[in-house]
Amino acid sequence: MGSIKDRVAIIGMGCTNFGNSWDKSPNDLIVEAAYEAFEDAGMNVNDMEAAWFSSFFCPPGLTGQPLAKALKLPYIPVTRVENACASGTDALRNASYAVAAGIYDVALVLGVEKLKDNGLMGLPDAEMWLNMWGSHDNTYRCTTASGPAQYAQMATSYFAKHNIDPREGKEILARIEVNNHRNGALTPKAQFRREVTLDTVMKAPIIAAPLGLYDCCGISDGAAAAIIVPAEKAKNYRNDPIYIKAMQIAVGPCNGIMNPEYDYAHVEETVKAAKAAYAEAGITNPREQVSLANVHDCFSITQLVTMEDLLFSERGKAGDDVKSGFFSLEGGLPVNTDGGLKCFGHPIGASGIRMMYEMYTQLQGKAGKRQIKDPKIGVTHNLGGIPGSASVSVGIVSKDLG
Amino acid sequence: MAGITSYGAYIPLIRLARAEIAKAWGGWGLPGEKAVANYDEDAVTMAVAAAIDCTKGFDLNQIDGIYFASTSAPYIEKQCSALIAQVLNLDNRVSTMDFGGSLRSGTNALRAALDAVNSGSANNILVCAADVRPAYPKGDKEFSFGDGAAAIMVGKDNIIAEIEGVFTQYNELMDIWRSDKERYVNSWESTFIYSKGYAPVIAKTVAGALEKYNLKPEEFKAVAFNSPNSRQLGSAVRMAGFDAKTQVNDILNPSVGDTGSAMAMMALVAELEEAGAGDRLLMANYGDGCDVLIIKGTDKLADITDRRGIKKHLASKQMISNYNRYLLWRGEVNTEPPRRVPLERPSPAALLRDNKGGLGFFGVKCTSCKTVQYPAQRICMKCRSKDLFEDYCFADKLGKVAAFSHDSLGVSLDPPITGATIDFEGGGRIKLDMTDRDPKAVSVGMSVEMTFRKLRYVNGVYDYWWKCRPQRS
Repeated sequence: MGSIKDRVAIIGMGCTNFGNSWDKSPNDLIVEAAYEAFEDAGMNVNDMEAAWFSSFFCPPGLTGQPLAKALKLPYIPVTRVENACASGTDALRNASYAVAAGIYDVALVLGVEKLKDNGLMGLPDAEMWLNMWGSHDNTYRCTTASGPAQYAQMATSYFAKHNIDPREGKEILARIEVNNHRNGALTPKAQFRREVTLDTVMKAPIIAAPLGLYDCCGISDGAAAAIIVPAEKAKNYRNDPIYIKAMQIAVGPCNGIMNPEYDYAHVEETVKAAKAAYAEAGITNPREQVSLANVHDCFSITQLVTMEDLLFSERGKAGDDVKSGFFSLEGGLPVNTDGGLKCFGHPIGASGIRMMYEMYTQLQGKAGKRQIKDPKIGVTHNLGGIPGSASVSVGIVSKDLG
Repeated sequence: MAGITSYGAYIPLIRLARAEIAKAWGGWGLPGEKAVANYDEDAVTMAVAAAIDCTKGFDLNQIDGIYFASTSAPYIEKQCSALIAQVLNLDNRVSTMDFGGSLRSGTNALRAALDAVNSGSANNILVCAADVRPAYPKGDKEFSFGDGAAAIMVGKDNIIAEIEGVFTQYNELMDIWRSDKERYVNSWESTFIYSKGYAPVIAKTVAGALEKYNLKPEEFKAVAFNSPNSRQLGSAVRMAGFDAKTQVNDILNPSVGDTGSAMAMMALVAELEEAGAGDRLLMANYGDGCDVLIIKGTDKLADITDRRGIKKHLASKQMISNYNRYLLWRGEVNTEPPRRVPLERPSPAALLRDNKGGLGFFGVKCTSCKTVQYPAQRICMKCRSKDLFEDYCFADKLGKVAAFSHDSLGVSLDPPITGATIDFEGGGRIKLDMTDRDPKAVSVGMSVEMTFRKLRYVNGVYDYWWKCRPQRS
């Protein structure tokens, strides 16, 4: 099996403000993200040789055309990628492979989502998922509980497994969100830019017990873009490209929701993707070697177990690292430095590329008030689906080759 | 001769104190409480529950008929007995029939089953009756109607109660009715309907039956009548010549209510629970006339011991907290639609493919590595064998909660939705909704049993599946 390590580089990125973009269409969001990336790379649309487009809810069947239409791409190949919340990272992965294969010298990756036009609470995917988990496709015979409730179940079982008092467990989860909000407040493009107190998080209305309002990320409109070139040509475009060290995705066979062996206190797909990514990048001690990580905090409990699944914390001990501030901007391994999904926002197809945008910004030393000191290695993580049935991507990047 | 070979019943867990109705509307109401179908229950799900109770320890392959009786069947055109037969995973050669149109439909079905077995066209027929009758809010029927179901197996072998006689009269009378254009049950003024219907009609039919079979009221241990309320039951019992103090036990009116086409059968089940060999019972079921059955217990009656029946179901209950919730469950209140994705109608093609998996609750067991899994797979999740499976039913298995949450975002008539991941004794895991639960009492590791419920109703299609619930004591 081959490796993507040090074979491609990102030399330009763009990201819109995430949030309730009432005044912008998907077209507007695509153009804004793409043109920021073009400008950042010193390129224009005619330099793009191929494109990968990620979107979950851009109506299916529209192919790659929404991207071509918005940017007036000159009849170049556009591949649309959908892997739920891991769509953006998977688009990045596929573009990287095409460039590493030597087929293209410049590839555009762009993810977009326009979720706020439908006026719904939560994601519009409930009915689709019921098909996946139910007794049979298209019968809707399935638990009727919402997406957040599926993650909430992981909280109850995690607490039970590790003998954590539910009240204490809820407080650990709340501390995660206090930190995400602290980081989000320092991030100009984030959707929620306000610090919150532990008390506010603890007393917020319940969405799916034990998860409250602040334990759940919002949903947002937004787009993010990246330009990929072969690693050896990266310095032709800029002095501070970032190099891809690993790009892995693990797609689960729905095992955890059918198999009692799954403990519902971790995400097996994350464990698998992380193991493969660390091997690909040559990382042997993630807790020590990784400078920062942006992980899929769709819910606070997801962020907690991901700290263990990514081998940052020992099993059952992530809460201790949360309490000690290990994952804060000043800590040993800052996580969700831009506020994460919770505060930056979560336009599904754009999220993985947005995480990479933060790695790019931090590794280039341009993160302003939230800049961490001299980062070397960044990790991104996306989780599409639910615990027990997920598509998980793990990406690793560095500012250095070798 | 055909006789009764088993019995079962179902009373919903939820009860509404009649005082709550009186409190909401002011004024006077009946005392006691009534059994209320949960928001996810209807005549079919309750009939299934009674059928499961009745067939405990019974070889389902021996059943060759399912008769279903109700005045409140979920479909006007579409057979519920076929649905129930599929839920029980019975052979397609089983004879399915629906009976309706009258409170007498329960005993109509029972009579038809006796005739079929006596004629030799069937050996074992499971008769189930269930009702969730729609009553006008604020009306007297809202106080008196209750929800419930009963099931009686009719067969030739191992008879627990003989049928000594059957006698029927019809009585064309506009006393209680619901037209095809009406939502609620109607009735004419009570002095008229009780002087020309109910008690005098029961009395006349019972008199005819006693004369035909040359029996006297004192030769009966007890009677099992359907009744609109306790007072009318007392009148009917006395008018028919029985002693209201010693020969009738009015269990249902005070604590369950008038359960319509299921009531006489439920009353009979209650009496069978108390009866022994040689005890004679008189069952009378009024509705557009009256069916009378004369029943005598055999020495095998004592063999039926593990039914939840009436007594255990009655004891296991949970009071609904207020009348508003009851109205909401019944669809009597239009609340603001949730800002969630509209529900989609299940595909009839998909439902057909899912008959065994979804209705019968069958998964598979890998014949190679023995791993139990739901839903049915083509490739084993454990050993990756292809198509090496045998059927495996989850409907009768107990499970334990591996994880749960109480969801306030998802749409339900009884929020929060308690979603749970259930690990089954004997293997297998399924994510299910939990019903009939007290959210505060749900915990990781608690024991649950399976219950057949209405999952959703979309554009004219009822979608049934299974849920878990805390084990009923």
